[in-house]
Amino acid sequence: MSDRKPGPDVSYGTPRPELSRRDFLNEITIGALGIAGLGGAALTYQYFSPNVLFEPSTTFRAGIPNLYPVNSVTFLQEQQVYIVRTPAGFYAVSSVCTHLGCITQWKPEANIIACPCHGSKFQPNGKKIEGPAPRPLPHYAINLTADGELQVDKLQIIKGDQVLRV
Amino acid sequence: MATALHNTLENLRTTRVWKSIFRRGRAITNRTRSVAIFGNLFLHWMPVKVREKSLRVRAAYYLGSLSLLLFVILVITGVLLMFYYHPAAPKAYHDMKDLRFVVSNGVFLRNLHRIGAHLMVLLVFWHMFHVFYRGGYKPPHEFNWVVGVLLLLITLFLSYTGYLLPWDQLAFWAVTVGTNIISAMPVIGNKVRFVALGGNIVGENALLRFYVLHVVILPLLAFLLIGVHFWRVQKDGGLTLRSKENDGKN
Repeated sequence: MSDRKPGPDVSYGTPRPELSRRDFLNEITIGALGIAGLGGAALTYQYFSPNVLFEPSTTFRAGIPNLYPVNSVTFLQEQQVYIVRTPAGFYAVSSVCTHLGCITQWKPEANIIACPCHGSKFQPNGKKIEGPAPRPLPHYAINLTADGELQVDKLQIIKGDQVLRV
Repeated sequence: MATALHNTLENLRTTRVWKSIFRRGRAITNRTRSVAIFGNLFLHWMPVKVREKSLRVRAAYYLGSLSLLLFVILVITGVLLMFYYHPAAPKAYHDMKDLRFVVSNGVFLRNLHRIGAHLMVLLVFWHMFHVFYRGGYKPPHEFNWVVGVLLLLITLFLSYTGYLLPWDQLAFWAVTVGTNIISAMPVIGNKVRFVALGGNIVGENALLRFYVLHVVILPLLAFLLIGVHFWRVQKDGGLTLRSKENDGKN
């Protein structure tokens, strides 16, 4: 027993500064509370994001194309959308002013779309004539359903030069 | 990490914002420790010094503090549940079902609130028995005993009013039975029941009344009385402790 040789000389790296029991407990407590806090915040964020919405559908049908004469602008009040028919085809323009969200009005006598709140003016294709609106009125995706009705998707915004040929 | 946190805290202490909030140096002497307690709204009613004996688990089993902790949990989960709950028939029932099956983590929050409420009734009763058998109602604690009884009643009323809110069969019949017990009071019984329900049947008015009681009036009363209760514990000389020769026996 007494003549047992010492083991190989192994280095375990530089010794770390000693951590007191109080510091160790403080660290794991703060760490645990931090993890619990982050998890709680994440769960609360999930909770506040509804999984089911009871809002009106953003896609709607606008009837058959023949309801709209050529060179006409029709305001659909319930959907807050203009259905515009030109000789080239159909497009759907939002009626919500890009300034502060008021509902614009179609003025056939002046051939403009005008906002009653702050006087912004737009062409029937949504292009801005004068401010304070910063952007033109956006165009929504419009297509024909299998049974021949126009259908507008208000979540899908398309370029202003695209028209639906019927 | 501990040193880094320590250094950050030390640097914060030198900033003008920190000094404007705390208006004192580090609590390292008995005097500065006292100032730290007296100068803090949330701690000023705490004693500056505590007997070690009164911090032992056996002294109170922390039953009062645990009841407070449950009250805080119930307030937080309750406020979160209010974001998805409409106190109207029959929407209330559908909202409760949505919280269980549709809303993310809704079932967790609802069960935390429900089981927490059951536990709180249990703990508050346990607390009362513990204080009773230790003679905690004797002078100079008589007033705080009365406040405690009021808090017990508020806990029971909170539990009862919350019982109706899911608007299911259990809720309906529990409140039907409970309010019929009210009407057994002589002379004024029927009038009290009529006012409590806002009608003759357990209907929409009753649901709304129980909701307002449950989320506004009773919690505010509880909050107020909990403040008085904890403050009086200190002002009446701390927890009821046994004399030295009896401590540890029985």
